[in-house]
Amino acid sequence: MKRIFLILGVLTAILLSYALYMALVIAPTERTMGNVQRIFYYHVPSAWTAFILFFVNFGASIFYLIKRNPAADIVALVSAEVGVVFCTVVLVTGPIWARPVWGIWWTWDMRLTSTLVLWLIYVSYLFLRRFSSSGETPLLAASLAVLGALCVPFVYFSIWFFRTQHPQPVMGGGGSIDPRMLHVLLINWLAFSCFAFLVCWSRYRLEKLQRDVDHAHVLQSLLAPRGSVR
Amino acid sequence: MSGNIRYLFAAYAVTWIIHITYLWTIVRRYARLKREIGELKKPDVRS
Repeated sequence: MKRIFLILGVLTAILLSYALYMALVIAPTERTMGNVQRIFYYHVPSAWTAFILFFVNFGASIFYLIKRNPAADIVALVSAEVGVVFCTVVLVTGPIWARPVWGIWWTWDMRLTSTLVLWLIYVSYLFLRRFSSSGETPLLAASLAVLGALCVPFVYFSIWFFRTQHPQPVMGGGGSIDPRMLHVLLINWLAFSCFAFLVCWSRYRLEKLQRDVDHAHVLQSLLAPRGSVR
Repeated sequence: MSGNIRYLFAAYAVTWIIHITYLWTIVRRYARLKREIGELKKPDVRS
């Protein structure tokens, strides 16, 4: 298993380097925005990856609510955590692109605001998981995750239903893109998806190990002779 | 507009800073857990 992880890690590193090269060198320069448009090759794949991870969190939470499966609970936690990391990238790279293009860092338009709300929902989910010690925490978190997932399609389709400053979607909607740019975008998305998968894998193993250790601590304190428990 | 390369650099750099910081927290948690496992494996001298 360790060997497979290592091989996948090396392949992902190569893919990420190739995707970076494609984004900076091969992709054509956009006529009006110039080089700043290349931020799009990190911003959009990060958003797509975050959305996929939030849907994985949704699926795992539903599964946990039905079956009370601990592995599903771990998958839900891990996908939310890595999803928040990718969503943070989206919220940071967006304003860096907006400053030179729109002249402002931020505007309270529907796409930007709903993305921020989505991020806050999942951050509150992680806070709940981190600081609540109740036995019902996974159940409460799974319910919150279901609500959070309902927000994802709203964020995606907000630029269809509301007048916003945000550019139109690349896939579907009214947006159009040069095929060479689309090619670079998809390679970056593939690279970030592989990276997200590996991070989730390693975080899953860590969480599972943490739970085993916590269980061992409980057993140790139960088996310890009276008065010797610290 | 095309002279705004520093924004491009900032966006790419910030992306990797965020990812590397998160990976670093995972590595730290692994190290802490390894120490805890080591403690658990030690024979309990009190009993």
